[in-house]
Amino acid sequence: MTEQFPILVVIIPLLISFTIFLFRLTRYRYEWHLSMAATFFSFLVSLSLLNTVLQTGPASYRLGGWAPPWGIEYKVDYLSGFMLVIVTLVAFVTSVYAGKSVKEEIGEKGGVPFYALYMLLVAGLCGIVVTGDMFNLYVFLEITSLSAYALVGVGYKRRAIVAGFNYLILGSVGACLYLLSVGYLYIMTGTLNMADLAQRLPAIYDSRVILVAFALFMAGLSIKMAFFPLHAWLPDAHGLAPSVVSPILSACVIEVAAYAMIRVMFTVFTPAFIFEVLPVREVLSLAASIAMIGGSIIALAQTDIKRMLACSSVGQMGYVILGVAIGNHTGLTGSFMHLFSHAIIKASLFLAAGSLIYKTQIYEISNLKGIGRKMPLTMATFTIGALGMIGIPFTTGFVSEWKLAIGALEAGKWFIVPVILLSALLNAVYFGRVLEIAWFKTDELHGHEGKGEQEKGHKTEVSASLVVPPFVLVSLSIIFGIAAFVPLSIAEKAAGMLLGWQ
Amino acid sequence: MEFIISKYNYWVYIALMMIGFYAMIGKKNLVKKIVGLNIFQTSIILYFISTAAKKGATIPIIAHGNGEAIHAVHAAQYVNPLPHVLMLTAIVVMVSTFGVALAFIIRIHRAYGTLEEDEILAKEE
Repeated sequence: MTEQFPILVVIIPLLISFTIFLFRLTRYRYEWHLSMAATFFSFLVSLSLLNTVLQTGPASYRLGGWAPPWGIEYKVDYLSGFMLVIVTLVAFVTSVYAGKSVKEEIGEKGGVPFYALYMLLVAGLCGIVVTGDMFNLYVFLEITSLSAYALVGVGYKRRAIVAGFNYLILGSVGACLYLLSVGYLYIMTGTLNMADLAQRLPAIYDSRVILVAFALFMAGLSIKMAFFPLHAWLPDAHGLAPSVVSPILSACVIEVAAYAMIRVMFTVFTPAFIFEVLPVREVLSLAASIAMIGGSIIALAQTDIKRMLACSSVGQMGYVILGVAIGNHTGLTGSFMHLFSHAIIKASLFLAAGSLIYKTQIYEISNLKGIGRKMPLTMATFTIGALGMIGIPFTTGFVSEWKLAIGALEAGKWFIVPVILLSALLNAVYFGRVLEIAWFKTDELHGHEGKGEQEKGHKTEVSASLVVPPFVLVSLSIIFGIAAFVPLSIAEKAAGMLLGWQ
Repeated sequence: MEFIISKYNYWVYIALMMIGFYAMIGKKNLVKKIVGLNIFQTSIILYFISTAAKKGATIPIIAHGNGEAIHAVHAAQYVNPLPHVLMLTAIVVMVSTFGVALAFIIRIHRAYGTLEEDEILAKEE
């Protein structure tokens, strides 16, 4: 059974998605429980896979028993195992949150099969992470993206449909550019398997086709990842998506696209190509710095809380690519640690914001005056998440930014450290604005609130199933911020493997 | 000149891709944008299929009679079937994307009453 885990983690959500879709023909409404069970199973499988990989090295599964390079191979190594745990954890926690939130926000509107789409999204995400075949990655990328477009389109406001349509156009262009790059690689080498490509490419590094293939896939995956100039779809899409979809989009979909970019850059085009043949380090460090600062600046300008969090994601993806651009072991470790940290913290921030919207129907930040007194648990979660995003010590955000700064200094690029600092300061400004309004302002319109209302026994906090999931995620960020050696050891092994040290 | 003529399949696919791209950017009607996306994706399919063709090659089906032993074949005599297989998958993806896009267009029309991009943006101001 354990040899089949790489494929099971993809197939079970896929099958459950179809089962849920068929269930809708009956009157039984067990969709939420089925999706919780499926994501929990995937989470356990991914933990077991990570354990196997840490003990005995990379695990692989051959679809249909065909040997690579003729068949498709699923390869789980340190980075894949790490990403799989992150993705399935966020998927599981979000599916627990989804019960009440979906009933309130989407309900039976237009017959939308929400849980079926959600399971498809999770299956696609897991598929991108485990696959070892370039075209298989395109297929799962499109499965993920199509589910994401549809899920964005069921948002609360009318504008969500236009946002979903924009996302569809831009995302499809990105995936087509990636497919074109796969085609260019195929006509030069004749293979689609990632490991086999890595062996055949060094002979033709100076070929123009390979250079164009590299440029095309970088452009395509940058669109999917919302890397700064190509981010225009993200504030609308993530800000207008339903409260239960935004966490998965921001924490998983764009991170898995960043993972795919890192995977193709380091496993297919080996570090010898991207660092020696092309000046990737210089170009990407400039682009990532612009992304970090630009993302934070556009987040400063937002007045809607979910749009602000979405623009913040643009900046955080800049951190990930900054680690790649630094290029040494510490920088890559910081990059992977930031994938972990951003996923957990951004998901919990979006879930907490969703709880605020569920209770108060307020989207604008300036209207959230004094909400900290009415909903203390949710705002506490949001506060700790905001501190983690800024990079206060004892959170995972600090660990990742520390590693990035140390890596930059080790590589001799000292000018990156002020960029990281400036980005952290900008994060502090726009998160601090929310915290100040929520905790320190009073809501004059509704009179004296706080202790008086709670003494009357009037429950103003949301129910447990909406409070606990973001709190679990954010406490994980504190736990792993203190016991940082646990994710760091995995990230260091992953960085070493990608740089070719083993 | 020989450079252009001998690689005419690549020039055709690039031209189609740019036509599709222009339609996505330049046209205001949402349905025309979808058609542009479709042309863009079809051009990539054309590129893959054109790389599979070989001069004087035949269909990649090897006929075995009953009980005949499996024998080696000259790959140069058969058209490369792998890009065709990949493009079958890509066509399925293209059709699914088209379906989702049309569903979006139906919803947009229901919500806004129009399918012109500038009118939709004006309604959102």
